[in-house]
Amino acid sequence: MKKENDVLQSQDSYQYGFADEDVSVVRLDKGISEEVVREISRIKEEPKWMLEFRLKAYKAFKEMPMPAFGPDLSSLNFDDYTYYIKPSDKVTNSWSEVPESIKNTFDRLGIPESEKDFLAGVATQYDSEAVYHNMLKEVEDKGVIFLDTDSGLRQYPELFQQYFNTIVPYQDNKFAALNSAVWSGGSFIYVPDGVKLEKPLQSYFRINAQRMGQFERTLIIVGKGADVHYVEGCTAPIYSKDSLHAAVVEILIQEGGRCRYSTVQNWSDNILNLVTKRARVQTKASMEWIDGNVGSLTNMKYPCCVLAGEYARGMCISIAVAARRQVQDAGAKMIHLAPHTSSNIISKSVSRVGGKVNYRGLVYMDQKAVGSRAKVECDTLILDHQSTSDTVPVNSVMAKEATLEHEATVSKISEEELFYLMSRGLSRAQATEMIVMGFIQPFTRELPMEYAVELNQLLKLDMEGSIG
Amino acid sequence: MSRLTITDLHVRVEDKEILKGVSLTLKSGEIHALMGPNGNGKSTLLAAIMGHPRYTVTQGDIFLDDVSIKDWSVDQRSKAGLFLGMQTPQEISGVTNADFLKAAINARREQPIALFPFIKAMEAATKKLGMKEDLAHRFLNEGFSGGEKKRNEILQMVLLKPKFALLDEIDSGLDVDALKVVSSAILDVYKEESCGLLIVSHYGRFYDLVTPTHVHVLAEGVIIAEGDKSLADQIDAKGYDLLLKQHGVEIKKEREKAQLLGTCARSKK
Repeated sequence: MKKENDVLQSQDSYQYGFADEDVSVVRLDKGISEEVVREISRIKEEPKWMLEFRLKAYKAFKEMPMPAFGPDLSSLNFDDYTYYIKPSDKVTNSWSEVPESIKNTFDRLGIPESEKDFLAGVATQYDSEAVYHNMLKEVEDKGVIFLDTDSGLRQYPELFQQYFNTIVPYQDNKFAALNSAVWSGGSFIYVPDGVKLEKPLQSYFRINAQRMGQFERTLIIVGKGADVHYVEGCTAPIYSKDSLHAAVVEILIQEGGRCRYSTVQNWSDNILNLVTKRARVQTKASMEWIDGNVGSLTNMKYPCCVLAGEYARGMCISIAVAARRQVQDAGAKMIHLAPHTSSNIISKSVSRVGGKVNYRGLVYMDQKAVGSRAKVECDTLILDHQSTSDTVPVNSVMAKEATLEHEATVSKISEEELFYLMSRGLSRAQATEMIVMGFIQPFTRELPMEYAVELNQLLKLDMEGSIG
Repeated sequence: MSRLTITDLHVRVEDKEILKGVSLTLKSGEIHALMGPNGNGKSTLLAAIMGHPRYTVTQGDIFLDDVSIKDWSVDQRSKAGLFLGMQTPQEISGVTNADFLKAAINARREQPIALFPFIKAMEAATKKLGMKEDLAHRFLNEGFSGGEKKRNEILQMVLLKPKFALLDEIDSGLDVDALKVVSSAILDVYKEESCGLLIVSHYGRFYDLVTPTHVHVLAEGVIIAEGDKSLADQIDAKGYDLLLKQHGVEIKKEREKAQLLGTCARSKK
């Protein structure tokens, strides 16, 4: 039981103390089965409908095929993973097991000691709880609910049941089915009609208090004319030994509402990240995905807007950066189902030192989407000969009087640009870095300031030493 | 006192030899005009001195204060005090002028420049070049007019204070008023830093504002004539033909071009 000792030690030495009263260790055996699904539901003391839902989803998961597109997932063996670890027992690492590269990045980003432990999966919480509770107090006064999803189900069962599984049904794809069967954690947000939040809701503080899950399930309901900006995670690298992550995000934006969802996923490079994110956008409502993909080994993520009401608007601005063995298969989907809907996709991809980055996107305009407009702009920068990129756009227009613009560029960094910057004293590496940062600027400018700064810093660190 | 010495420089672009043995010495405080018909190697010489990777030095050498810089990287040359004001400056999207200039200034300093002195220097230079205040926040040369790009080149020269500035048709695209502004900014750096200037321009009015101490005429990859300001004046008044004839130089490239166009011209008749 060496591991448990490590765990206990790291908790003892944790300067803010370990506050969870429940010390019972709940960790299911590896592999997935009906028993495992039942056990998860039992431990969480869930209502019967949720157990039944999980079992249905599990059945679908078993029957559904693997995706017929995208990166090679043939090495994925579902029996290799643990599907539930009680949050208080999430500490499965010791500091000495955390890869050196991750530790170095923490150091160079200047991340405080306590936060490092958390991000490396060595501690389960750190001192941001106070921030979280203050933020909570501020929004609760306006009737906003901001909880982890398990608490959401417990505290608001009716509201939860009304919207859960309505945007991303469990049969949607194999990984959505898997998530539906074994989900834990994630955010549950409800913004009442007319409530506009000025400050973003940041899961960073919530997850720091509650620990991020492997199969997160996020449900966001934005009321009529309401406005919310949700920021998921943080940009610092997150190390996890559990290497399969399959999250589902469901968002409903009611008439005239607006939601912005910003995230920069930066999982450590042992992670398979397979995520289904979708928003249903009602009349005159708008959805904005700001989606960064920097980490993980293999990433499949295509945030989607279903533009279901007249004049609904959808936007996705994303970056994907792939290096070494990484495969970033990312993009966006815009489904126009109603008249006069509009969408905008801006995708910036960078591949370097042997990375592979693909843009995979869909714009679909239904017959009913008369007078709709869509614009797709995907640009790729390939930094060296070992790196590759594919662009796989699907554009399908059934509607009359609809406009779809598609622009795509693939480029290398030009010698002329490098020469220009170097003739002012910048080294080749600095010049390359500056051009790359400029290239992804349309994304970074959309991020909250501190995230943008952190992301720039992070990419700079990552590029140092990798350019000759 | 610094010295930039070019000795017997031969430069090739892909398979074509452009410079066929150019020698030239430029000292601090001197202003050299490099003249000659189009397509005869003036820009090539400037780019080769700066170390552009497209131009291969096949013979000869470049010395900065008697140290060969022929094999130095472009950024090394810049940090040693060379500056090239380009004919067509690159547009770098997403990178603000301020970020770029700060990085360029810091590249030649041990301690990074503090924010306040940087902003002050940037504002002063912006004003000197008659540019708009939002310059710092605009992306590097992106969407700039031809004239703005040229002003921005000289703004960089003002901030980077080179020992030797190579200016490649920096006056083209500038109207009369802008030309005065740019010239006076160049002369300010020249006086304050006592730097050396190597200027390529086709226009006498620029040489009236920034008066050369030496004039070289480059044709067919070699320097065919040298003199003082009066040589520039003569060329401005009479063109290159007489000079080329005097020195027995035929411009091959022009003739090749003419032959190529020949068929087209005939068919039109």
